[in-house]
Amino acid sequence: MNGPHAAFDLGTLDRLSQGTSPIHQLDPRAKLLVTLAFVVAVVSLDKYAVADLLPFFLFPVLILARSGVPFRFVARKVAVVAPFAILVGVFNPLFDQAIVLRIGEFGVTGGWLSFASILLRFALTIGALLLLVATTSVPALGRAAERLGAPSVFVMQILGLYRYLFLLVGESQRTLRAYRLRAADGGRPAWRIFAQILGQLLLRAVARARRVHEAMLCRGFDGELRLMGTLRFAGRDWTFLALWLAAFIALRFLRPAEMLGALVTGGAQ
Amino acid sequence: MSHHRIALEAVGFTYPDGTAALADVSLEVTHGESVAIVGANGAGKSTLLLHLNGVLLATRGRVVVGDLPVTKDTLPHVRRTVGTVFQDPDDQLFMPTVFDDVAFGPLNLGMPEAECRDRVQACLEQVGAWHLRNRPPHRLSGGEKRRVAIAAVLAMSPDILLLDEPSTGLDPRGRRQVIELLRGFTHTKIVVTHDLDLVLRLCPRTVILSEGRVAADGPSKRLLADAALLERCGLEGPPEALVCPRCGDGSRL
Ligand SMILES: Nc1ncnc2c1ncn2[C@@H]1O[C@H](COP(=O)(O)OP(=O)(O)OP(=O)(O)O)[C@@H](O)[C@H]1O
Ligand SMILES: [Mg+2]
Repeated sequence: MNGPHAAFDLGTLDRLSQGTSPIHQLDPRAKLLVTLAFVVAVVSLDKYAVADLLPFFLFPVLILARSGVPFRFVARKVAVVAPFAILVGVFNPLFDQAIVLRIGEFGVTGGWLSFASILLRFALTIGALLLLVATTSVPALGRAAERLGAPSVFVMQILGLYRYLFLLVGESQRTLRAYRLRAADGGRPAWRIFAQILGQLLLRAVARARRVHEAMLCRGFDGELRLMGTLRFAGRDWTFLALWLAAFIALRFLRPAEMLGALVTGGAQ
Repeated sequence: MSHHRIALEAVGFTYPDGTAALADVSLEVTHGESVAIVGANGAGKSTLLLHLNGVLLATRGRVVVGDLPVTKDTLPHVRRTVGTVFQDPDDQLFMPTVFDDVAFGPLNLGMPEAECRDRVQACLEQVGAWHLRNRPPHRLSGGEKRRVAIAAVLAMSPDILLLDEPSTGLDPRGRRQVIELLRGFTHTKIVVTHDLDLVLRLCPRTVILSEGRVAADGPSKRLLADAALLERCGLEGPPEALVCPRCGDGSRL
Protein backbone atom coordinates (compact mmCIF):
# COMPACT_ATOMS: atom_id res chain seq x y z
CA MET A 1 0.00 0.00 0.00
CA ASN A 2 1.69 3.21 -1.05
CA GLY A 3 -1.25 5.53 -0.44
CA PRO A 4 -0.49 6.86 3.02
CA HIS A 5 3.06 7.90 2.12
CA ALA A 6 1.81 10.96 0.35
CA ALA A 7 -0.25 12.15 3.31
CA PHE A 8 2.11 13.35 6.02
CA ASP A 9 4.20 10.21 5.64
CA LEU A 10 1.98 8.13 7.86
CA GLY A 11 3.53 5.02 6.39
CA THR A 12 7.04 6.07 7.43
CA LEU A 13 5.88 7.07 10.89
CA ASP A 14 4.13 3.75 11.26
CA ARG A 15 7.23 1.85 10.17
CA LEU A 16 9.55 3.85 12.44
CA SER A 17 7.29 3.09 15.39
CA GLN A 18 7.96 -0.62 14.95
CA GLY A 19 11.66 -0.13 15.77
CA THR A 20 13.54 -1.87 18.57
CA SER A 21 15.77 0.84 20.13
CA PRO A 22 15.93 1.26 23.92
CA ILE A 23 13.47 4.13 23.58
CA HIS A 24 11.06 1.99 21.55
CA GLN A 25 11.19 -0.65 24.26
CA LEU A 26 10.15 1.67 27.07
CA ASP A 27 6.64 1.29 28.44
CA PRO A 28 4.37 3.55 26.37
CA ARG A 29 2.89 4.99 29.57
CA ALA A 30 6.32 6.27 30.64
CA LYS A 31 6.88 7.89 27.24
CA LEU A 32 3.38 9.34 27.13
CA LEU A 33 3.67 10.88 30.60
CA VAL A 34 7.15 12.27 30.01
CA THR A 35 6.12 13.78 26.68
CA LEU A 36 3.02 15.35 28.19
CA ALA A 37 5.07 16.78 31.07
CA PHE A 38 7.52 18.15 28.53
CA VAL A 39 4.77 19.84 26.55
CA VAL A 40 3.23 21.34 29.68
CA ALA A 41 6.60 22.61 30.92
CA VAL A 42 7.43 24.19 27.56
CA VAL A 43 4.02 25.73 26.97
CA SER A 44 3.69 27.13 30.46
CA LEU A 45 6.82 29.29 30.33
CA ASP A 46 6.11 33.00 30.05
CA LYS A 47 5.55 34.47 26.63
CA TYR A 48 8.90 36.17 26.28
CA ALA A 49 10.85 33.05 27.20
CA VAL A 50 13.56 32.32 24.66
CA ALA A 51 16.70 31.54 26.58
CA ASP A 52 14.71 29.47 29.08
CA LEU A 53 13.45 27.32 26.22
CA LEU A 54 16.85 26.44 24.83
CA PRO A 55 17.87 23.83 27.47
CA PHE A 56 14.66 21.97 26.72
CA PHE A 57 16.17 20.93 23.38
CA LEU A 58 18.14 18.45 25.43
CA PHE A 59 15.11 16.17 25.56
CA PRO A 60 14.37 15.76 21.83
CA VAL A 61 18.07 15.65 21.02
CA LEU A 62 18.75 12.81 23.46
CA ILE A 63 15.65 10.89 22.38
CA LEU A 64 16.66 11.36 18.76
CA ALA A 65 20.14 10.03 19.48
CA ARG A 66 18.95 7.03 21.50
CA SER A 67 16.05 6.01 19.27
CA GLY A 68 17.76 6.15 15.89
CA VAL A 69 14.86 8.10 14.38
CA PRO A 70 16.41 10.04 11.48
CA PHE A 71 16.87 13.72 12.31
CA ARG A 72 15.94 14.67 8.74
CA PHE A 73 12.56 13.03 9.12
CA VAL A 74 11.67 14.99 12.24
CA ALA A 75 13.14 18.23 10.90
CA ARG A 76 11.14 17.96 7.71
CA LYS A 77 7.89 17.34 9.55
CA VAL A 78 8.54 20.27 11.88
CA ALA A 79 9.21 22.41 8.81
CA VAL A 80 5.85 21.34 7.39
CA VAL A 81 3.99 22.77 10.37
CA ALA A 82 6.25 25.82 10.77
CA PRO A 83 3.96 28.02 8.61
CA PHE A 84 1.22 27.57 11.20
CA ALA A 85 3.55 28.77 13.94
CA ILE A 86 4.56 31.73 11.81
CA LEU A 87 0.91 32.51 11.16
CA VAL A 88 0.18 32.43 14.89
CA GLY A 89 3.07 34.69 15.81
CA VAL A 90 3.50 36.95 12.81
CA PHE A 91 1.56 39.90 14.20
CA ASN A 92 3.37 40.00 17.51
CA PRO A 93 6.26 42.17 16.27
CA LEU A 94 3.71 44.69 14.92
CA PHE A 95 1.60 44.93 18.03
CA ASP A 96 4.21 44.66 20.74
CA GLN A 97 6.93 47.21 20.04
CA ALA A 98 8.20 47.80 23.55
CA ILE A 99 11.91 47.13 23.94
CA VAL A 100 12.36 44.39 26.50
CA LEU A 101 15.89 43.23 25.89
CA ARG A 102 19.13 44.95 24.95
CA ILE A 103 21.95 43.12 23.24
CA GLY A 104 24.78 45.60 22.90
CA GLU A 105 23.29 48.60 21.14
CA PHE A 106 20.40 46.60 19.60
CA GLY A 107 17.04 46.77 21.29
CA VAL A 108 14.85 43.72 20.84
CA THR A 109 11.11 44.41 21.03
CA GLY A 110 8.75 42.20 23.02
CA GLY A 111 6.98 41.31 19.77
CA TRP A 112 10.06 39.80 18.18
CA LEU A 113 10.93 38.00 21.36
CA SER A 114 7.50 36.42 21.72
CA PHE A 115 7.56 35.57 18.01
CA ALA A 116 10.83 33.71 18.48
CA SER A 117 9.39 32.09 21.58
CA ILE A 118 6.38 30.80 19.66
CA LEU A 119 8.58 29.33 16.95
CA LEU A 120 10.77 27.59 19.50
CA ARG A 121 7.80 26.20 21.39
CA PHE A 122 6.33 24.90 18.19
CA ALA A 123 9.56 23.19 17.21
CA LEU A 124 9.94 21.70 20.69
CA THR A 125 6.42 20.42 21.18
CA ILE A 126 5.86 19.19 17.62
CA GLY A 127 9.29 17.58 17.65
CA ALA A 128 8.61 15.83 20.95
CA LEU A 129 5.18 14.60 19.86
CA LEU A 130 6.60 13.34 16.57
CA LEU A 131 9.32 11.50 18.43
CA LEU A 132 6.71 9.97 20.72
CA VAL A 133 4.71 8.67 17.76
CA ALA A 134 7.85 7.57 15.91
CA THR A 135 9.02 5.51 18.90
CA THR A 136 5.64 4.19 20.08
CA SER A 137 3.02 2.52 17.90
CA VAL A 138 -0.44 4.04 17.94
CA PRO A 139 -1.95 0.83 19.36
CA ALA A 140 0.54 0.96 22.23
CA LEU A 141 -0.30 4.61 22.83
CA GLY A 142 -4.00 3.81 22.86
CA ARG A 143 -3.39 1.07 25.37
CA ALA A 144 -1.27 3.37 27.50
CA ALA A 145 -3.98 6.01 27.47
CA GLU A 146 -6.55 3.41 28.45
CA ARG A 147 -4.42 2.14 31.34
CA LEU A 148 -3.84 5.71 32.50
CA GLY A 149 -7.58 6.16 32.77
CA ALA A 150 -8.56 7.82 29.48
CA PRO A 151 -12.23 7.16 28.60
CA SER A 152 -12.79 3.98 26.62
CA VAL A 153 -14.70 5.83 23.90
CA PHE A 154 -11.77 8.15 23.35
CA VAL A 155 -9.30 5.28 23.11
CA MET A 156 -11.56 3.47 20.68
CA GLN A 157 -11.75 6.59 18.51
CA ILE A 158 -7.97 6.77 18.34
CA LEU A 159 -7.55 3.09 17.55
CA GLY A 160 -10.34 3.14 14.98
CA LEU A 161 -8.99 6.26 13.35
CA TYR A 162 -5.54 4.73 13.10
CA ARG A 163 -6.91 1.50 11.68
CA TYR A 164 -9.12 3.11 9.07
CA LEU A 165 -7.04 6.14 8.19
CA PHE A 166 -4.92 3.98 5.94
CA LEU A 167 -7.99 2.59 4.18
CA LEU A 168 -9.52 6.04 3.90
CA VAL A 169 -6.41 7.58 2.41
CA GLY A 170 -6.10 4.70 -0.03
CA GLU A 171 -9.73 5.03 -0.99
CA SER A 172 -9.47 8.78 -1.59
CA GLN A 173 -6.44 8.31 -3.76
CA ARG A 174 -8.15 5.65 -5.84
CA THR A 175 -11.17 7.88 -6.28
CA LEU A 176 -9.01 10.83 -7.34
CA ARG A 177 -7.08 8.64 -9.75
CA ALA A 178 -10.33 7.35 -11.25
CA TYR A 179 -11.38 10.96 -11.72
CA ARG A 180 -8.09 11.98 -13.31
CA LEU A 181 -8.16 9.10 -15.76
CA ARG A 182 -11.51 10.23 -17.05
CA ALA A 183 -11.18 14.00 -16.67
CA ALA A 184 -10.79 15.93 -19.89
CA ASP A 185 -7.70 17.86 -18.84
CA GLY A 186 -6.45 15.37 -16.28
CA GLY A 187 -5.68 18.19 -13.90
CA ARG A 188 -6.98 19.27 -10.54
CA PRO A 189 -10.74 18.74 -10.25
CA ALA A 190 -12.99 21.79 -10.12
CA TRP A 191 -14.41 22.68 -6.72
CA ARG A 192 -17.88 21.43 -7.52
CA ILE A 193 -16.60 18.03 -8.59
CA PHE A 194 -14.22 17.94 -5.68
CA ALA A 195 -17.14 18.42 -3.34
CA GLN A 196 -18.97 15.55 -5.04
CA ILE A 197 -15.95 13.29 -4.64
CA LEU A 198 -15.74 14.23 -0.97
CA GLY A 199 -19.42 13.44 -0.58
CA GLN A 200 -18.85 10.05 -2.18
CA LEU A 201 -15.99 9.32 0.19
CA LEU A 202 -18.09 10.34 3.15
CA LEU A 203 -20.93 8.06 2.11
CA ARG A 204 -18.52 5.20 1.69
CA ALA A 205 -16.98 5.89 5.08
CA VAL A 206 -20.42 5.83 6.66
CA ALA A 207 -21.28 2.55 4.92
CA ARG A 208 -18.02 1.07 6.09
CA ALA A 209 -18.58 2.23 9.63
CA ARG A 210 -21.94 0.50 9.57
CA ARG A 211 -20.43 -2.77 8.35
CA VAL A 212 -17.60 -2.58 10.89
CA HIS A 213 -20.10 -2.02 13.65
CA GLU A 214 -22.12 -5.02 12.50
CA ALA A 215 -18.97 -7.14 12.50
CA MET A 216 -18.18 -5.94 16.03
CA LEU A 217 -21.67 -6.83 17.22
CA CYS A 218 -21.33 -10.28 15.70
CA ARG A 219 -18.31 -10.82 17.89
CA GLY A 220 -20.07 -9.97 21.09
CA PHE A 221 -19.27 -6.25 21.32
CA ASP A 222 -21.41 -4.53 23.95
CA GLY A 223 -19.94 -1.04 23.98
CA GLU A 224 -17.04 -1.76 26.27
CA LEU A 225 -13.53 -2.06 24.90
CA ARG A 226 -11.53 -4.91 26.41
CA LEU A 227 -7.82 -4.97 25.80
CA MET A 228 -5.32 -7.53 26.98
CA GLY A 229 -2.95 -6.26 29.66
CA THR A 230 0.38 -6.68 27.96
CA LEU A 231 2.04 -3.62 29.52
CA ARG A 232 4.68 -4.04 32.20
CA PHE A 233 6.28 -1.12 33.99
CA ALA A 234 9.90 -2.13 34.60
CA GLY A 235 12.78 -0.51 36.47
CA ARG A 236 14.08 1.33 33.44
CA ASP A 237 10.63 2.84 32.87
CA TRP A 238 10.62 4.23 36.39
CA THR A 239 14.12 5.61 35.86
CA PHE A 240 13.16 7.21 32.55
CA LEU A 241 10.05 8.74 34.06
CA ALA A 242 11.71 9.99 37.26
CA LEU A 243 14.80 11.46 35.63
CA TRP A 244 12.97 13.36 32.93
CA LEU A 245 10.26 14.65 35.25
CA ALA A 246 12.96 15.89 37.61
CA ALA A 247 14.79 17.49 34.69
CA PHE A 248 11.68 19.27 33.43
CA ILE A 249 10.82 20.56 36.89
CA ALA A 250 14.34 21.85 37.31
CA LEU A 251 14.39 23.52 33.88
CA ARG A 252 10.94 24.99 34.37
CA PHE A 253 11.31 26.43 37.86
CA LEU A 254 15.02 26.88 38.54
CA ARG A 255 15.67 28.35 35.10
CA PRO A 256 19.35 27.50 34.84
CA ALA A 257 19.05 29.05 31.41
CA GLU A 258 19.60 32.57 32.70
CA MET A 259 23.28 31.77 32.54
CA LEU A 260 23.09 29.76 29.35
CA GLY A 261 20.95 32.48 27.82
CA ALA A 262 23.48 35.09 28.75
CA LEU A 263 26.11 32.98 27.04
CA VAL A 264 24.08 32.50 23.85
CA THR A 265 22.82 36.06 23.44
CA GLY A 266 26.16 37.40 24.60
CA GLY A 267 27.81 35.37 21.86
CA ALA A 268 25.57 37.00 19.26
CA GLN A 269 27.19 40.41 19.68
CA MET B 1 -26.77 -31.95 18.58
CA SER B 2 -29.65 -29.65 17.81
CA HIS B 3 -27.25 -26.87 18.75
CA HIS B 4 -25.86 -26.80 15.25
CA ARG B 5 -29.17 -26.63 13.49
CA ILE B 6 -30.25 -23.54 11.66
CA ALA B 7 -33.58 -23.02 9.93
CA LEU B 8 -35.50 -20.37 8.02
CA GLU B 9 -39.25 -20.69 8.04
CA ALA B 10 -40.99 -18.74 5.27
CA VAL B 11 -38.71 -15.77 5.81
CA GLY B 12 -39.41 -12.52 4.04
CA PHE B 13 -37.42 -9.31 4.33
CA THR B 14 -37.96 -5.84 2.93
CA TYR B 15 -35.32 -3.12 3.38
CA PRO B 16 -36.52 0.18 4.85
CA ASP B 17 -36.33 1.77 1.39
CA GLY B 18 -38.89 -0.75 0.10
CA THR B 19 -36.56 -3.18 -1.69
CA ALA B 20 -37.98 -6.67 -1.21
CA ALA B 21 -34.76 -8.66 -0.86
CA LEU B 22 -36.18 -11.96 0.43
CA ALA B 23 -39.58 -13.44 -0.31
CA ASP B 24 -40.66 -16.62 1.42
CA VAL B 25 -37.37 -18.44 1.94
CA SER B 26 -37.50 -21.78 3.75
CA LEU B 27 -34.37 -23.73 4.43
CA GLU B 28 -32.98 -26.09 7.02
CA VAL B 29 -29.34 -26.87 7.65
CA THR B 30 -28.43 -29.59 10.12
CA HIS B 31 -25.42 -30.54 12.17
CA GLY B 32 -22.14 -30.80 10.28
CA GLU B 33 -23.58 -29.91 6.89
CA SER B 34 -21.70 -27.73 4.48
CA VAL B 35 -24.08 -25.76 2.30
CA ALA B 36 -23.36 -23.32 -0.51
CA ILE B 37 -25.69 -20.44 -1.28
CA VAL B 38 -25.29 -19.23 -4.83
CA GLY B 39 -27.20 -16.82 -7.02
CA ALA B 40 -26.76 -13.84 -9.31
CA ASN B 41 -25.85 -10.37 -8.01
CA GLY B 42 -28.69 -8.98 -5.98
CA ALA B 43 -30.36 -12.36 -5.52
CA GLY B 44 -30.43 -11.80 -1.76
CA LYS B 45 -27.53 -13.98 -0.60
CA SER B 46 -25.89 -11.47 1.71
CA THR B 47 -29.26 -10.42 3.06
CA LEU B 48 -29.99 -14.06 3.86
CA LEU B 49 -26.68 -14.44 5.69
CA LEU B 50 -27.36 -11.35 7.78
CA HIS B 51 -30.53 -13.04 9.01
CA LEU B 52 -28.63 -16.03 10.28
CA ASN B 53 -26.44 -13.94 12.58
CA GLY B 54 -29.18 -11.61 13.69
CA VAL B 55 -27.83 -8.43 12.08
CA LEU B 56 -31.17 -8.26 10.26
CA LEU B 57 -34.41 -9.47 11.75
CA ALA B 58 -36.96 -11.05 9.41
CA THR B 59 -39.98 -8.90 8.60
CA ARG B 60 -41.97 -12.09 7.88
CA GLY B 61 -41.54 -15.70 8.98
CA ARG B 62 -38.86 -16.70 11.46
CA VAL B 63 -35.27 -17.83 11.75
CA VAL B 64 -34.25 -20.50 14.25
CA VAL B 65 -30.69 -20.98 15.46
CA GLY B 66 -30.17 -24.03 17.66
CA ASP B 67 -33.49 -24.28 19.46
CA LEU B 68 -34.19 -20.57 19.73
CA PRO B 69 -35.86 -18.19 17.29
CA VAL B 70 -33.71 -15.18 16.42
CA THR B 71 -35.14 -12.14 18.19
CA LYS B 72 -33.64 -9.15 19.99
CA ASP B 73 -33.60 -11.14 23.24
CA THR B 74 -31.78 -14.16 21.87
CA LEU B 75 -29.04 -12.21 20.07
CA PRO B 76 -26.30 -13.02 22.61
CA HIS B 77 -27.06 -16.73 22.18
CA VAL B 78 -27.16 -16.41 18.39
CA ARG B 79 -23.84 -14.61 18.26
CA ARG B 80 -22.14 -17.17 20.42
CA THR B 81 -23.46 -19.98 18.24
CA VAL B 82 -22.90 -18.44 14.83
CA GLY B 83 -19.58 -17.03 13.62
CA THR B 84 -19.59 -14.79 10.55
CA VAL B 85 -16.64 -14.21 8.24
CA PHE B 86 -17.64 -11.09 6.34
CA GLN B 87 -17.05 -10.46 2.67
CA ASP B 88 -14.50 -7.68 3.16
CA PRO B 89 -11.89 -8.61 5.79
CA ASP B 90 -11.19 -4.90 6.28
CA ASP B 91 -14.63 -4.58 7.82
CA GLN B 92 -13.86 -7.31 10.23
CA LEU B 93 -10.30 -6.61 11.30
CA PHE B 94 -10.88 -3.41 13.22
CA MET B 95 -8.37 -3.81 16.03
CA PRO B 96 -4.89 -2.31 15.70
CA THR B 97 -3.00 -5.61 15.71
CA VAL B 98 -3.77 -9.13 14.58
CA PHE B 99 -3.42 -10.46 18.11
CA ASP B 100 -5.82 -7.90 19.57
CA ASP B 101 -8.28 -8.58 16.82
CA VAL B 102 -8.43 -12.31 17.41
CA ALA B 103 -8.66 -11.68 21.16
CA PHE B 104 -11.57 -9.27 20.72
CA GLY B 105 -14.33 -11.89 20.54
CA PRO B 106 -13.20 -14.16 23.40
CA LEU B 107 -12.65 -11.14 25.70
CA ASN B 108 -16.18 -9.98 24.93
CA LEU B 109 -17.41 -13.42 25.93
CA GLY B 110 -15.74 -12.85 29.28
CA MET B 111 -12.87 -15.28 28.84
CA PRO B 112 -10.02 -14.78 31.35
CA GLU B 113 -6.87 -13.29 29.86
CA ALA B 114 -4.56 -16.28 30.27
CA GLU B 115 -7.03 -18.62 28.60
CA CYS B 116 -7.68 -16.03 25.93
CA ARG B 117 -3.99 -15.82 25.11
CA ASP B 118 -3.86 -19.59 24.55
CA ARG B 119 -7.00 -19.51 22.48
CA VAL B 120 -5.65 -16.73 20.26
CA GLN B 121 -2.44 -18.64 19.70
CA ALA B 122 -4.27 -21.88 18.92
CA CYS B 123 -6.58 -20.21 16.40
CA LEU B 124 -3.83 -18.25 14.68
CA GLU B 125 -1.74 -21.40 14.43
CA GLN B 126 -4.69 -23.28 13.02
CA VAL B 127 -4.91 -20.86 10.09
CA GLY B 128 -1.12 -20.60 9.78
CA ALA B 129 -0.95 -16.94 10.81
CA TRP B 130 0.69 -16.98 14.25
CA HIS B 131 3.77 -15.23 12.85
CA LEU B 132 1.57 -12.27 11.90
CA ARG B 133 0.32 -11.68 15.45
CA ASN B 134 1.99 -8.30 16.04
CA ARG B 135 1.25 -6.85 12.62
CA PRO B 136 -1.33 -4.15 12.08
CA PRO B 137 -4.02 -5.44 9.70
CA HIS B 138 -3.27 -2.77 7.12
CA ARG B 139 0.09 -4.43 6.55
CA LEU B 140 -1.34 -7.79 5.56
CA SER B 141 -1.98 -9.21 2.10
CA GLY B 142 -5.50 -10.15 1.06
CA GLY B 143 -4.97 -13.83 1.78
CA GLU B 144 -3.41 -13.14 5.17
CA LYS B 145 -6.29 -10.85 6.09
CA ARG B 146 -8.78 -13.54 5.16
CA ARG B 147 -7.01 -16.12 7.29
CA VAL B 148 -6.81 -13.79 10.27
CA ALA B 149 -10.50 -12.97 9.87
CA ILE B 150 -11.27 -16.69 9.97
CA ALA B 151 -9.10 -17.13 13.07
CA ALA B 152 -10.89 -14.24 14.76
CA VAL B 153 -14.20 -16.00 14.23
CA LEU B 154 -12.85 -19.42 15.25
CA ALA B 155 -11.61 -17.90 18.51
CA MET B 156 -15.20 -17.59 19.68
CA SER B 157 -15.68 -21.34 19.07
CA PRO B 158 -18.92 -21.02 17.17
CA ASP B 159 -20.90 -24.12 16.24
CA ILE B 160 -21.90 -22.71 12.88
CA LEU B 161 -19.69 -20.80 10.45
CA LEU B 162 -21.12 -18.31 7.95
CA LEU B 163 -18.79 -17.23 5.17
CA ASP B 164 -19.58 -14.47 2.67
CA GLU B 165 -17.53 -14.92 -0.50
CA PRO B 166 -14.45 -16.37 1.21
CA SER B 167 -12.46 -16.73 -2.01
CA THR B 168 -13.07 -13.36 -3.68
CA GLY B 169 -9.97 -11.27 -4.21
CA LEU B 170 -7.54 -14.10 -3.56
CA ASP B 171 -4.92 -15.37 -5.98
CA PRO B 172 -5.20 -19.04 -7.03
CA ARG B 173 -2.82 -20.15 -4.29
CA GLY B 174 -4.46 -18.15 -1.51
CA ARG B 175 -7.80 -19.39 -2.74
CA ARG B 176 -6.70 -23.02 -2.63
CA GLN B 177 -5.29 -22.54 0.88
CA VAL B 178 -8.53 -21.06 2.14
CA ILE B 179 -10.53 -23.90 0.61
CA GLU B 180 -8.22 -26.48 2.20
CA LEU B 181 -8.50 -24.71 5.54
CA LEU B 182 -12.29 -24.66 5.42
CA ARG B 183 -12.41 -28.31 4.36
CA GLY B 184 -10.58 -29.17 7.57
CA PHE B 185 -13.30 -27.67 9.78
CA THR B 186 -16.00 -29.87 11.24
CA HIS B 187 -18.36 -26.96 11.89
CA THR B 188 -21.68 -26.61 10.18
CA LYS B 189 -20.84 -24.28 7.30
CA ILE B 190 -22.94 -21.98 5.18
CA VAL B 191 -20.96 -20.40 2.35
CA VAL B 192 -22.20 -17.60 0.13
CA THR B 193 -20.15 -17.53 -3.05
CA HIS B 194 -19.88 -16.90 -6.77
CA ASP B 195 -17.04 -19.40 -6.96
CA LEU B 196 -18.77 -22.54 -8.22
CA ASP B 197 -15.51 -24.45 -8.27
CA LEU B 198 -15.21 -23.79 -4.53
CA VAL B 199 -18.73 -25.06 -4.13
CA LEU B 200 -17.83 -28.39 -5.72
CA ARG B 201 -14.77 -28.74 -3.48
CA LEU B 202 -16.35 -27.67 -0.23
CA CYS B 203 -20.10 -28.09 -0.19
CA PRO B 204 -21.99 -31.28 -0.98
CA ARG B 205 -25.25 -29.32 -0.95
CA THR B 206 -26.20 -26.15 -2.80
CA VAL B 207 -29.08 -23.72 -2.49
CA ILE B 208 -29.68 -21.48 -5.47
CA LEU B 209 -31.34 -18.15 -4.74
CA SER B 210 -33.05 -16.16 -7.42
CA GLU B 211 -34.83 -12.87 -6.81
CA GLY B 212 -35.20 -13.54 -3.12
CA ARG B 213 -36.56 -17.07 -3.49
CA VAL B 214 -35.08 -20.55 -3.30
CA ALA B 215 -34.92 -21.67 -6.93
CA ALA B 216 -33.29 -25.01 -6.21
CA ASP B 217 -31.95 -26.95 -3.24
CA GLY B 218 -30.05 -30.20 -3.67
CA PRO B 219 -26.73 -31.96 -4.23
CA SER B 220 -24.14 -29.54 -5.66
CA LYS B 221 -22.97 -31.98 -8.33
CA ARG B 222 -26.42 -32.31 -9.79
CA LEU B 223 -27.47 -28.63 -9.56
CA LEU B 224 -24.25 -27.24 -10.98
CA ALA B 225 -24.42 -29.62 -13.91
CA ASP B 226 -27.93 -28.48 -14.80
CA ALA B 227 -27.14 -25.86 -17.43
CA ALA B 228 -30.76 -24.92 -17.99
CA LEU B 229 -31.35 -24.31 -14.29
CA LEU B 230 -28.18 -22.23 -13.94
CA GLU B 231 -29.10 -20.23 -17.01
CA ARG B 232 -32.54 -19.53 -15.58
CA CYS B 233 -31.00 -18.25 -12.34
CA GLY B 234 -28.46 -16.03 -14.09
CA LEU B 235 -25.48 -18.26 -13.32
CA GLU B 236 -22.77 -19.93 -15.32
CA GLY B 237 -21.41 -23.38 -14.58
CA PRO B 238 -17.95 -23.96 -13.09
CA PRO B 239 -15.05 -24.53 -15.52
CA GLU B 240 -15.01 -28.27 -14.77
CA ALA B 241 -18.64 -28.62 -15.76
CA LEU B 242 -18.01 -26.71 -18.98
CA VAL B 243 -15.17 -28.99 -19.96
CA CYS B 244 -17.17 -32.10 -19.17
CA PRO B 245 -18.73 -33.23 -22.46
CA ARG B 246 -21.73 -34.87 -20.81
CA CYS B 247 -22.94 -32.03 -18.63
CA GLY B 248 -21.38 -28.88 -20.12
CA ASP B 249 -22.72 -26.56 -22.77
CA GLY B 250 -19.87 -26.83 -25.27
CA SER B 251 -20.89 -23.75 -27.24
CA ARG B 252 -20.08 -21.53 -24.28
CA LEU B 253 -16.43 -22.55 -24.16
N1 LIG C 1 -28.94 -1.67 2.76
C1 LIG C 1 -29.80 -1.90 1.74
N2 LIG C 1 -30.85 -1.06 1.54
C2 LIG C 1 -31.71 -1.28 0.54
N3 LIG C 1 -31.62 -2.30 -0.32
C3 LIG C 1 -30.61 -3.17 -0.20
C4 LIG C 1 -29.64 -3.01 0.86
N4 LIG C 1 -28.74 -4.01 0.74
C5 LIG C 1 -29.13 -4.75 -0.32
N5 LIG C 1 -30.25 -4.25 -0.88
C6 LIG C 1 -30.99 -4.81 -2.04
O1 LIG C 1 -31.45 -6.10 -1.69
C7 LIG C 1 -31.30 -6.99 -2.78
C8 LIG C 1 -30.46 -8.20 -2.35
O2 LIG C 1 -29.15 -7.74 -2.02
P1 LIG C 1 -28.01 -8.68 -1.48
O3 LIG C 1 -26.90 -7.81 -1.06
O4 LIG C 1 -28.58 -9.62 -0.49
O5 LIG C 1 -27.62 -9.48 -2.81
P2 LIG C 1 -26.46 -10.53 -3.03
O6 LIG C 1 -27.10 -11.76 -3.51
O7 LIG C 1 -25.60 -10.63 -1.83
O8 LIG C 1 -25.66 -9.87 -4.23
P3 LIG C 1 -24.09 -9.88 -4.54
O9 LIG C 1 -23.83 -11.16 -5.25
O10 LIG C 1 -23.93 -8.72 -5.47
O11 LIG C 1 -23.36 -9.73 -3.26
C9 LIG C 1 -30.69 -6.19 -3.91
O12 LIG C 1 -31.71 -5.81 -4.76
C10 LIG C 1 -30.08 -4.99 -3.23
O13 LIG C 1 -30.13 -3.87 -4.09
MG1 LIG D 1 -23.47 -10.11 -1.33
